[in-house]
Amino acid sequence: MGIIWNADSMLGWIVMAVNFGSVILYGAMGEILTEKAGHLNLGVPGIMLCGGISGFASTFLYEQSTENPSKFVMLLLGLVSSVVAATLAGLIYAFLTITLKANQNVTGITLTTFGAGLAKHFGSVISAKSGSTAIRSAVADDVFNAKIPFLSTDLGVVGKLLFNYGFLVYLAVILAVLLQLFFYRTHQGLNLRAIGENPGTADAMGINVTRYKYSAILAGSAISGIGGFLYLVINNVQWSTALDIEGMGWLAVALVIFATWKPVNAIWGGYLFGFLSKAGAYAPTFITGITISQNIWSMTPYIVTIVVLIAVSFRMKKESRPPAALGTAYFREDR
Amino acid sequence: MSENNAAVRLKGISKTFGHVAANSNVDLEIRHGEILSLLGENGSGKTTLMNMLAGIYYPDEGEIFIDGRPVQIRSPKDAFDNGIGMVHQHFKLIDVFTAAENIILGEEHTGMRINRKETVAKIREICDKYGFEIDFEKKVYDMNVSQKQTLEIVKILYRGANILILDEPTAVLTPQEAEKLFKVIKNMRDAGKAIVIITHKLQEVLSVSDRVAILRKGECVDSIATKDANEKILTEMMMGRKVDLNIERPDPVNPVKRLEIKNLSVRDREGNLALKDVSFVANGGEILGIAGISGCGQKELLEAVAGLAAVESGSIEYLPSGADAPTELVGRNPKQIRELGVVLSFVPEDRLGMGLVGSMGMSENMMLKSYENGNSIFLEQKAPRELAGNIKEELEVQTPDIATPVRKLSGGNVQKVLVGREIAAAPQVLMTAYAVRGLDINTSFTIYHLINEQKQKGVAVIFVGEDLDVLLALSDRILVMCEGRITGLLDARTCTKEQVGLLMTGGMEGGEQNGTN
Amino acid sequence: MAQTKTAKEPFVHVIRKEDTPMLKKWLIRIFAVVAALIVTGVLVFAVTGINPFKIYSSMITGSFGTPRRIRNTIKLMTPLLCLGIGLAPAFKMKFWNIGAQGQMLVGALAASFVALTFRHLPGGLLIPLMGLAGLLAGAIWGVIPAIFRAFWNTNETLFTLMMNYIATFAVMYSVDKWKGESSGFASFKQIAKNAVMPAVLNENFYICTAIVLLLVCLMYIYMKRTKHGYEIAVVGESEKTAVYAGINVKAVMIRTILLSGAVCGLCGFLTVSGIDFTLSSTMNNGFGFTAIVVAWLAKFNPFTMIGTSFMMVFFQNAASEISSMNANATEYLSYVISGIILFFLIGSEFFINYRLVFRKNHEKEGK
Repeated sequence: MGIIWNADSMLGWIVMAVNFGSVILYGAMGEILTEKAGHLNLGVPGIMLCGGISGFASTFLYEQSTENPSKFVMLLLGLVSSVVAATLAGLIYAFLTITLKANQNVTGITLTTFGAGLAKHFGSVISAKSGSTAIRSAVADDVFNAKIPFLSTDLGVVGKLLFNYGFLVYLAVILAVLLQLFFYRTHQGLNLRAIGENPGTADAMGINVTRYKYSAILAGSAISGIGGFLYLVINNVQWSTALDIEGMGWLAVALVIFATWKPVNAIWGGYLFGFLSKAGAYAPTFITGITISQNIWSMTPYIVTIVVLIAVSFRMKKESRPPAALGTAYFREDR
Repeated sequence: MSENNAAVRLKGISKTFGHVAANSNVDLEIRHGEILSLLGENGSGKTTLMNMLAGIYYPDEGEIFIDGRPVQIRSPKDAFDNGIGMVHQHFKLIDVFTAAENIILGEEHTGMRINRKETVAKIREICDKYGFEIDFEKKVYDMNVSQKQTLEIVKILYRGANILILDEPTAVLTPQEAEKLFKVIKNMRDAGKAIVIITHKLQEVLSVSDRVAILRKGECVDSIATKDANEKILTEMMMGRKVDLNIERPDPVNPVKRLEIKNLSVRDREGNLALKDVSFVANGGEILGIAGISGCGQKELLEAVAGLAAVESGSIEYLPSGADAPTELVGRNPKQIRELGVVLSFVPEDRLGMGLVGSMGMSENMMLKSYENGNSIFLEQKAPRELAGNIKEELEVQTPDIATPVRKLSGGNVQKVLVGREIAAAPQVLMTAYAVRGLDINTSFTIYHLINEQKQKGVAVIFVGEDLDVLLALSDRILVMCEGRITGLLDARTCTKEQVGLLMTGGMEGGEQNGTN
Repeated sequence: MAQTKTAKEPFVHVIRKEDTPMLKKWLIRIFAVVAALIVTGVLVFAVTGINPFKIYSSMITGSFGTPRRIRNTIKLMTPLLCLGIGLAPAFKMKFWNIGAQGQMLVGALAASFVALTFRHLPGGLLIPLMGLAGLLAGAIWGVIPAIFRAFWNTNETLFTLMMNYIATFAVMYSVDKWKGESSGFASFKQIAKNAVMPAVLNENFYICTAIVLLLVCLMYIYMKRTKHGYEIAVVGESEKTAVYAGINVKAVMIRTILLSGAVCGLCGFLTVSGIDFTLSSTMNNGFGFTAIVVAWLAKFNPFTMIGTSFMMVFFQNAASEISSMNANATEYLSYVISGIILFFLIGSEFFINYRLVFRKNHEKEGK
């Protein structure tokens, strides 16, 4: 067994890792926001699929319906529809677990089943109508994968490494930093974290627990939904790849733990997860004499997540633990 | 006092939980510049009533007036908007937040960004005004109870509360801390704030408040100026009749050494030394009372004896009747202790969270410590069912059925089930922690009676209590603890309350009282 | 004095209730299912244009239309019920094992490994050996998170969830490796005949069903009547109480999850040996997750799980029936339909545990 260096391949691998990592990052940011409100939403994969299909269906159908699709409309349509669909899916979860105080695990798992079913159903109906499984929206591909001119082409390796992505990839980083600031620098962030730690206390301090929870879960779902759509974008807006979004969703749930509930950690954690999940395709160019199956590489993000989960429970540091009230329903008059 | 001085007026307030009326038709007035004591027996509805002011509960009926205008308090936010702040008995703080973060929680503000400098200045102003000391950057999990309470009060003052409600504020404080608290409370009163103290301690009522309102069975009986009150009057108003509060105390029945504890040290769950080098003897046929401010090692002591806490060092020896050699209990769990033939009964403080299984009926709770009887893998269910029936009958437990989850029973009945089971085991040692906390007077006396019966049977009883009057009346000897150490051992028949009180703080006052044992 | 905004008495107020009569509970649930069916009917009609009444009738025919369909219903229920049974003791202990999927997969993986390795052994020996391998593998897969939970309080929900994906990829890896040059994993009926559960009345899965029904009874007795079951119930209610009673919480936790994982692992074995005759990472359609819902809806009662697992399969059958009706209907609708029904059932629990009190319409003269 040996290791050989291949700069081109490494560059491709990293670009791929950042793209896929950003999908996971969106999912994880949504989930962090949700978990900070004390809700474990296992419906994230379903929400991401809903966001994905909705963004895809709207851009695809728009492209089919007009001669000259406007790029601006395309942009708006892709983003708005994926956000709206994901938010609606999140609303089901929010209503059941906040207002009706239902079991979060059961609701989340059901939502994933439901969302996946919905997305796959509409995906196959559209495919069937178009008579092809390889349907894609070329204009949306152009819009969302537009690279930064000059910087991405003229700066050599640096340009390819840093400026070679669609704008959603950069937006993810900005959003993560903003979320971090929101949690730790603002009143609303403080209030939200308090709810996740101890809703009874937050309530007694006059914080509207229900409103915060709804806002966090809906906003979280919207962000996760963008992740679902981004997955299609990085695959050239082709529907046939969309079913893998579910796996990305579970990786997002894992990434939340890996990042110890901090959005900024989720940035590099997401890229690492992306790197590992693409290793099957790229690692063979670097490692000779031994073939490690893609399946083995695909396991690694989950394994490192478990390691982090264990490390967090070993370490007594309370700040890296899951929000204390995660998974429990809140009812003011419970004594 | 004149009408316009009334900060809060409650009119015809009622609140029902399930079939239990917690408050019915209560009228009450809270005034500016006055400390009002809300006095009542446990279960008389004091906390429920104040929780309706704080927005935790919503009244079924009745009206609330603040400064003369009718208001609806639907949530804690409404309460804050009306200048009402409440310090709950169980602190409402976020463990992983700093003091400052806890204070600004839920604050109304214009911008999103937290302006740390401005905030700290504002908090400091409040602290200076009333004489509070807090470390703004300290995390709550690093604070002691007194610091947490200070933080709670600063928190509601920061939110602009003019009407402060304190629920049993001294329950967890040392007498010195309580004194300090009262001083601050008086400062706040002099600044024109309206203050309500929920309490059932008569002494406290008389020393700190200006006026007393008495609640009985959810109704407001009367309110009188403190200067016109004394303990006797207040007790009668609380109970609604003349009561003989004398607890019987039979003579010890030929006391023999039953439990000998030597140099015992125990760590609590956080790893702090909660019990330091404790030594004493408990005799069969007598009641050993344990006095001390809550949280200074009593819980760890009982849990160590029961085999529930990890002992750091020292020994706990059980001396059986007759000439048999003593048995070491340290290092054994409850099951192993049972297997030695030592019957230790333990009525823990947390009845539904430790002593009983809330979702199970009386019958299933009876087998909690004996479910392993018999060699079969199956549960023996007949004996526990019979036992449950007997206890229900003898102790007059109010429950629809022995299969009804005990969680649904009232506090007094829950305690009867627990004590009944522990006594039915025919113990050699009976330990009780705060056995009458939260119980009405009648049930309390039933419990005292049961404990005395055990004493007369020759059982070694260890009674951890918080009410010194009860401790002095019931015990034969009193062991006083302070900060995990024993500060004194007194004869309960001859010592005074002041002596005990002094020893309770003995560990903190330079240690003159140390080593009395 | 500044007049603050006039706060009104809240329109609706929620109160917890404890004693909902059994009849009322079931009425609420039945009402939820009916409401869900109406929503489903309208939704499916909107999406596919199929007449709702045709949808409802196809639900019945989907599960009972022909003897073959009835058999198929039982065949689908078997692994789902088995997984539900496996989860019951864990959930009763409030150990949120959502790793049934992974435990089932490794059980199937181990059983397949034994089947391929010892394919020449007689069935009477090979099949029990496979069962044992499945049990062990599932138990080990479950006990890893349990050990960390017992000793270091590591969050078991997240841990078991992660274990599912490791198991999925392990199965994918093995399938890849064992299938050799062929395009998919061949049926045991061809490559390891001795590993196939013998057929009774022409169906191989009947033995599996019988085993699962036996497990239902055993698990019910275990949880309700034995000392172990009592310990599980006490630990689930309060670990502090368990310690007080002298129960070794760590040991009970580990023992219970060994059992829970073993039953899920057994399900994997039953599936490869008697139902699917092959190993696949998508076997049993993610039933490991569905079983969580089955167990939860049944309030962890094994006998009730027969009903809840039937319900899940019933709607799945219904949807596959509908999917063949026209081009706008796809097989994926089954997930949508069962999702809707479940949302309603999950939500209906609220009306069992809480009561709504609406604002009384009495006049209030402000002063």
